[in-house]
Amino acid sequence: MPLMIGVPREVFPGEKRVATVPEVVEKLIKLGFKIAVESGAGDAANFSDDVYRASGAEIVEGATKLWAASDIVFKVRGPTAEEVGLMHEGQTLISFIWPAQNPELMKQLAARKVTVLAIDSLPRMLSRAQKMDALTSQAGVAGYRAVIEAANAFGRFFNGQITAAGKGPPAKVFIAGAGVAGLAAIGTAAGLGAIVRANDTRAEVADQVVSLGGEFVKVDYEEEGSGGGGYAKVMSEGFQQAQREMYAKQAREVDIIITTALIPGKPAPKLITAEMVKSMKPGSVIVDMAAEQGGNCELTEPGQAVVKHGVTIVGYTDLVSRLSRQSSTLYATNLFRLSEELCKTKDGVINVNMEDDAIRGLTVIKNGEITWPPPAPKLPAPAAAKPAAAPAAAKSKGHGHGGGGAPASATRTTVMFGIAALVFWFIGANAPAAFLSHFTVFVLACFVGYMVVWNVTPALHTPLMSVTNAISSIIAIGALVQIAPPGEVRMDDWIRWLAVVGIVLTSINMFGGFAVTQRMLAMFRK
Amino acid sequence: MSESLATISYIGATILFILSLGGLSNPESSRRGNLYGMIGMTIAVLATVFGPHVTMSGLGWIVTAMVIGGAVGLYAARTVQMTQMPELVALMHSLVGLAACLVGFANYIDPAASAHLTGAEKAIHEIEIYLGILIGAVTFSGSVIAFGKLSGKIGGKPLTLPGRHWMNLAGLLVVIYFGGVFINTHAVADGMTPLVVMTVIALLFGIHMVMAIGGADMPVVVSMLNSYSGWAAAATGFMLNNDLLIVTGALVGSSGAILSYIMCRAMNRSFISVIAGGFGSDGGMPAPKGEGAEPVGEVTPISATETAELLRDAKNVIIVPGYGMAVAQAQHTVYEITKHLREKGVNVRFGIHPVAGRMPGHMNVLLAEAKVPYDIVFEMDELNDDFPTTDVAIVIGANDIVNPGAQDDPNSPIAGMPSRW
Repeated sequence: MPLMIGVPREVFPGEKRVATVPEVVEKLIKLGFKIAVESGAGDAANFSDDVYRASGAEIVEGATKLWAASDIVFKVRGPTAEEVGLMHEGQTLISFIWPAQNPELMKQLAARKVTVLAIDSLPRMLSRAQKMDALTSQAGVAGYRAVIEAANAFGRFFNGQITAAGKGPPAKVFIAGAGVAGLAAIGTAAGLGAIVRANDTRAEVADQVVSLGGEFVKVDYEEEGSGGGGYAKVMSEGFQQAQREMYAKQAREVDIIITTALIPGKPAPKLITAEMVKSMKPGSVIVDMAAEQGGNCELTEPGQAVVKHGVTIVGYTDLVSRLSRQSSTLYATNLFRLSEELCKTKDGVINVNMEDDAIRGLTVIKNGEITWPPPAPKLPAPAAAKPAAAPAAAKSKGHGHGGGGAPASATRTTVMFGIAALVFWFIGANAPAAFLSHFTVFVLACFVGYMVVWNVTPALHTPLMSVTNAISSIIAIGALVQIAPPGEVRMDDWIRWLAVVGIVLTSINMFGGFAVTQRMLAMFRK
Repeated sequence: MSESLATISYIGATILFILSLGGLSNPESSRRGNLYGMIGMTIAVLATVFGPHVTMSGLGWIVTAMVIGGAVGLYAARTVQMTQMPELVALMHSLVGLAACLVGFANYIDPAASAHLTGAEKAIHEIEIYLGILIGAVTFSGSVIAFGKLSGKIGGKPLTLPGRHWMNLAGLLVVIYFGGVFINTHAVADGMTPLVVMTVIALLFGIHMVMAIGGADMPVVVSMLNSYSGWAAAATGFMLNNDLLIVTGALVGSSGAILSYIMCRAMNRSFISVIAGGFGSDGGMPAPKGEGAEPVGEVTPISATETAELLRDAKNVIIVPGYGMAVAQAQHTVYEITKHLREKGVNVRFGIHPVAGRMPGHMNVLLAEAKVPYDIVFEMDELNDDFPTTDVAIVIGANDIVNPGAQDDPNSPIAGMPSRW
């Protein structure tokens, strides 16, 4: 019996996202589910009812009917009290919940004997979980939009331009916090041509900042800021002092500041003081992405764009909704990936497998029982992998041809030379002259072979083998000279037969080897 | 043709052989190189047939034998599939080994060959025969087993008998002991027993050695046998006092040795451990699909359409093919994709691990067969640094080389996530 997934219209004011999009509806149907979408759910994100209907979803009028009909509900925002009232026993809800911040909601939900998967409680360190990480996908959208808002409020070009009407310098953008949103902002601003600087308390993100075209600004103070689960933690007083000085300096220099600093479960740190705002150039812009949690700037007014001391301070809390079509699509894909995990059998029935680390972390209420917070997941030790990789990389250096082998240790070389000298001395002392001339030829030929073969390009190693194989059928000469030597007539027919067989075998090799080499080489075309 | 003229012809042939190997340094000159090889071989054979050591009475035999052999060889060369190249090469090595044995035996029972030799010269001549047959026999049986393993007639699993190192050692001692006996015999009939015993041991040793080596180490084995066949030819050359054979044998022998060395290093294995066998039990490359359900990296199952979209939007694509691609006969499809992408201006390149395929350079040949231009095919080391700037890397049927967890192959840790970044 395939389950019905219901997608209600978001009721939170200003929320324009929708939990699934037509494109994903098709994929969910392939997983075996039936989909019901509340009429008008996608309107704010430019997905009309007709498009949903075309992709196979059923359109249901009104929230009450939808909640009643669905076995599973996909939502973006956590449910309101009214919505909780619409839920029935055994139903499964997947949405943002923020269980730590909303204990009251958790209690209400538990009372309805439902199962709740909080997409925000996903164990993010699990690499398998990345595809379901809605926090990341939504933060990326927000970071992008923050730059667009800044560009909108900013009175100049982002990129430096030299035109017939004069020249303008590129905008300088400072981004505080290089999490997902910060990195998205760095990439977007750099893409528009601005000079981008960024800072984060976690030193390991410096490389990521640089890779996106930004410049990492260090705080002149030694302290590592990685908290658990890839988030930042609260820093010491000394560090905060040094950080404030750095921010003050940046504020005087840059045109745009975008702040993204958030610490889970705590009010946002106040990074930008009123003085710093005052010190900024007139016409500058601050986009405070932490506005919902109180803001990183002292002068931020959540939900609004205000001008203070000549600086536009954008405190919108709905950045993600301002790009609702994109954010909805990403969120819908996250939920689809989660559905895949829940429904491995592809028969439209979900299995909330509490043995699975990712699903265990997500599940905050199971059949009315609060299962949050989850036990600490078995985290892999990321540091352990690094030293192993480094010597390997060092080892692989020097690979190539013409080099003539890996450098052997001094003792080994000495021993090798010693043995070689002994062997040569032994041969020299015992062997007759005729043998020595052949031996000379042999040793020299080995060296010629060595030199020549190192020059062969690796791409041609197979033809090399087949051609050397063909050449080694030169052994035919050994058989040829025995077949009918001049001089006395031999009594032994054995010799002849051995020789004939020898010639047959080597001829196979000779002709076959050269022919197949020819065939192979003919294939190598530009 | 006089003795001197024959010798000069041999020198000519030697030079042509060296040029032939030298020509393989790039694909442009390689076709000429092969031609040199053929000319050299023709000169060498003609000089021998019309030289002072062969009378005209043998001509009929020679022509008949060469026509038979040549026909078989050409037929095999025309019909072989490129995926079967390693088998063919292994089989051909076995022929060289067998021929070396036969020539050795023939030479030994020929009283004229050693009639004028005395003392140390005779002893050395006999050691040469002994060694020539020894190497020939090992090459022969080893190659036959390698052929069996490569063609799937014999299981790819390494066969590790208990105390195999001791068995090998015992075999070696017996061979040395009979070598002493052999040298001290005077009549041909007396020497036959130790020679035959040694040959049998050598054959067993060859079988045992290759049986103990696992499927993933096959490229090393094939190139090692290549080397052996060269040494067998060189030993025969010593036996016959023929410099051409010695030089050619040495060229082939060192070429094979270098290839084995390159292969070993590519797999981060010491040569000794491969030869000693038993370690190459990597399961001979399990299932030919890069996207196993291993919990090592993130595996994003990705449908064909999504892949297509991903590829269309990419600017830099690196394809890492493995033997699995060849098994699935997918190289032509892969090239079709490549062609379309290149028409759209996407920079598509192939990254080849040194041991991809079943013998050195095998993957290059397979791609060449699918008409992939060789100037977009690169070595692993050439491309590894470019991975960070690559949008999409497709790993096709090559699971072990991109597995960062594989201890024995850490050379491409960067290609960790199958399919996409």
